[in-house]
Amino acid sequence: MVDMISRFKTLLATLALVFLAAVPAAHADDLKPLVDGLGKSGYAALKDAVGALAATGDPAVAPILQSLSAGDLYVRKSDRAVFAATKAEGGYKLTDPATGADAGTAASGEIDKIKVNNAVREAVTAARGSLTLMSPDIAKRRAAAAEMFRNGDPAQIPLLDQALAKETDAGIAATLQLARAAAILKSDQPDADKIAAIAVLQAKGGRDVLGQLTAIEASSTDGAVKAAAANALSSIRGTLKLWDGAQNILYGVSLGSVLLLAAIGLAITFGVMGVINMAHGEMVMLGAYTTFVVQELIRNNVPWLFDWSLAIALPLAFLVAGLVGVLIERMVIRFLYGRPLETLLATWGVSLILQQAVRTWFGPNNREVGNPSWMSGAFELGNLTITYNRMWIVVFSLVVFAALMLVLKRTAFGLQTRAVTQNRPMASSMGIRTPWVDALTFGLGSGIAGIAGVALSQIDNVSPNLGQGYIIDSFMVVVFGGVGNLWGTLVGAFTLGIANKFLEPYAGAVLGKILVLVFIILFIQKRPRGLFALKGRAVEA
Amino acid sequence: MITAFILRALDRRTSIVLAVILGIGILLPVLNLATDPSSPFHVPTYVLTLLGKYLTYALLALSVDLVWGFCGILSLGHGAFFALGGYGMGMYLMRQIGDRGTYGNPILPDFMVFLNWKELPWFWYGFDHFWFAALIVLLAPGLLAFVFGWFAFRSRVTGVYLSIITQAMTYALLLAFFRNDMGFGGNNGLTDFKDILGFDIQADATRGALFFASAAALALGFWICRAVIASKFGKVLVAVRDAESRTRFIGYRVEGYKLVVWTLSAMMAGVAGALYVPQIGIINPGEFAPANSIEAVIWVAVGGRGTLIGPIVGALLVNFGKTWFTSGMLAEYWLFVLGGLFVLVTLFLPKGVVGSLMTKGSRKPVEKPIEDVVAPGVAAGQAAE
Repeated sequence: MVDMISRFKTLLATLALVFLAAVPAAHADDLKPLVDGLGKSGYAALKDAVGALAATGDPAVAPILQSLSAGDLYVRKSDRAVFAATKAEGGYKLTDPATGADAGTAASGEIDKIKVNNAVREAVTAARGSLTLMSPDIAKRRAAAAEMFRNGDPAQIPLLDQALAKETDAGIAATLQLARAAAILKSDQPDADKIAAIAVLQAKGGRDVLGQLTAIEASSTDGAVKAAAANALSSIRGTLKLWDGAQNILYGVSLGSVLLLAAIGLAITFGVMGVINMAHGEMVMLGAYTTFVVQELIRNNVPWLFDWSLAIALPLAFLVAGLVGVLIERMVIRFLYGRPLETLLATWGVSLILQQAVRTWFGPNNREVGNPSWMSGAFELGNLTITYNRMWIVVFSLVVFAALMLVLKRTAFGLQTRAVTQNRPMASSMGIRTPWVDALTFGLGSGIAGIAGVALSQIDNVSPNLGQGYIIDSFMVVVFGGVGNLWGTLVGAFTLGIANKFLEPYAGAVLGKILVLVFIILFIQKRPRGLFALKGRAVEA
Repeated sequence: MITAFILRALDRRTSIVLAVILGIGILLPVLNLATDPSSPFHVPTYVLTLLGKYLTYALLALSVDLVWGFCGILSLGHGAFFALGGYGMGMYLMRQIGDRGTYGNPILPDFMVFLNWKELPWFWYGFDHFWFAALIVLLAPGLLAFVFGWFAFRSRVTGVYLSIITQAMTYALLLAFFRNDMGFGGNNGLTDFKDILGFDIQADATRGALFFASAAALALGFWICRAVIASKFGKVLVAVRDAESRTRFIGYRVEGYKLVVWTLSAMMAGVAGALYVPQIGIINPGEFAPANSIEAVIWVAVGGRGTLIGPIVGALLVNFGKTWFTSGMLAEYWLFVLGGLFVLVTLFLPKGVVGSLMTKGSRKPVEKPIEDVVAPGVAAGQAAE
């Protein structure tokens, strides 16, 4: 039984093959006179012949036209038949241009090359675009439709109509409609048609349409069409402005999430503990280098694990940076509690040492950290393009924030941390080992900077100077948001990120950043304790 | 009254320091010019230039000490004032090049010709006169410091907050001066100087004169600082440093005192920058880097803050160490040393080299300054430490 079915399948497959092979052959016979039409003398005749070939809508025409523009087509003087010819021994080897079948040889005196000029070449290009409209391959049809839309050639209108009638894919059909509208606008069809076409284009919107409509508005002499075009233009521009705004917000959120990641560890060490840790940026850097090392090991030993490299690097980066943080706290910072200016200087020294250590170890150049497959690429949402790595970093920053909030508000360790920061002697009397809590809290803040480094390694250069770029921004975010308040850091990061991206189109990237810095400096004058200031006794130190 | 103010500062120790600085300022150029290169007493020109650079650094350190050591304002942005002064001098030197630049334009500096600018921007007017440039060297940092300080001190931004926004200030200026369309030469800055006051800037005699000018400026700065500290004004400054709120409650306008000393300090830093540029031969936005400002703070900390002599000693020591390290095989380890200095000095030598020596000599105990502003989170914790 099984045998029967498989046999039947084979039979079917064979039949299908025969059928498929027969189709182009049948067409090729129809095509033959048309192909020979290419052999007529004169460019105008040649151009017409190209048009006639294209009008068949036969996919087999495409390679013929290809050889025509490549200069591979020759006409045999004896019978004016057209062949594709390649140089061979003792003359030329002829093949049938439509089927590729062998057609013997010819001496070089027996055939003439078919010459093309620019007008013919243009006709060929347009014809090839229209031909792929009939291609059975959806991707090819889509590309061809888009191409037709960009060109908007009035001569193609009948062909477009033909393609529209056949098209089954809704998306391609829409593009074809647009292409038809664009073509109509350039043709000399009646105004009513043109105005209808403008309406079609307006409904599509977008930047490419904007260009075509602007051209129409500029060239059109007719009042009604011109007015319709101007109308459509202003409406599209309005929509585009909205999309631009949305895009800016998106970029802003993306920048904000980066700022949040960089600042959130600082929000603990500086905001909760009050330690000015200038080596915070270097904790981020350590996290990034941990990612690099993990990826190197995976690449060399277990390449199939590469997509998991970030997941493996996360806990390691937390441990590495956290451990370094605990060491710094035990060896330097604990002697300097209550002397914030000295803490600032000492941790700056630590940051120089860490930078140089990494530079000595890994070299001064950028290290390559790869994107796992799920982090590369992008997707479209309306007129917005969103890259996967940016999106995941936004998600990741929010997850880290939530996790940190949970640790501080819902665990015994968090309770002890808050107790120690609020009233150290009392916490100590209740049996909390305050030095341990200090060290662990500092380790937590540093560890979070480390996992921020894992994320930032995906979008930034991993070099010994990585941390330097973030330290000032991080302090700005924490101070702006309000020291000692994690929610303030969240709001501060996204506010600054979005403000920065909205200023950029008007002021340029650098000036935008300067304006934000100046704004923060002025803001601190107004509210020295930040956006969400702590209330109560802790404020007046 | 002014004479009393100036003369009161001239106690024995100050006079000795002034004499030493001026003596070196005269002696080294003379040894450079008057002795034969083969003589054991000869001072090569490059050493003179190097030491001249150190002296301008010492003046910068002195200006940091004036606000940090005596008024408790830790500035992480004094490099900005230094660089502004440097740019003032650099603009004068650019105009002095005249038509000897690569493009031979008599009015426009090379970089403007390169950027296709047609005429001199308005803020470059007047820089062909030395007196104007000298005025700007004082006024530009002074004005920036005044505006910045007026906002900051009035709204009582203190402690680390002030430190961080001074750092943001110099960072913002760094970004701004990197822009080509700011009209200050962008990334490359100003360089290729030829003349200063009509003298060839490369000539040994000019180098000697610049060295002396640096020494004289340092001496003058030291004297002014002494005069300020010795006056009643200076006593109030120390009171502000040790207990700002108390000083305010007694009835002093704390922000006014801070603003005056802050502006004065910025102008001193500007002069240091202006003397630095002709000796180094270039000024570029890198001078605004926050790291430079923090390095100036460590010179003060190493030497001993609140001593005035300390920052001079500290600047010379650290920079000598830097030159020695970075010119040899150990160049790679310089940052370890510098970083270690930051940590060790703050942990084990809080009074700095000079401060510790002075306490040992116990002529007068150096009182421990009280930090009266801390970040809120640590407030409660502090009590237990």
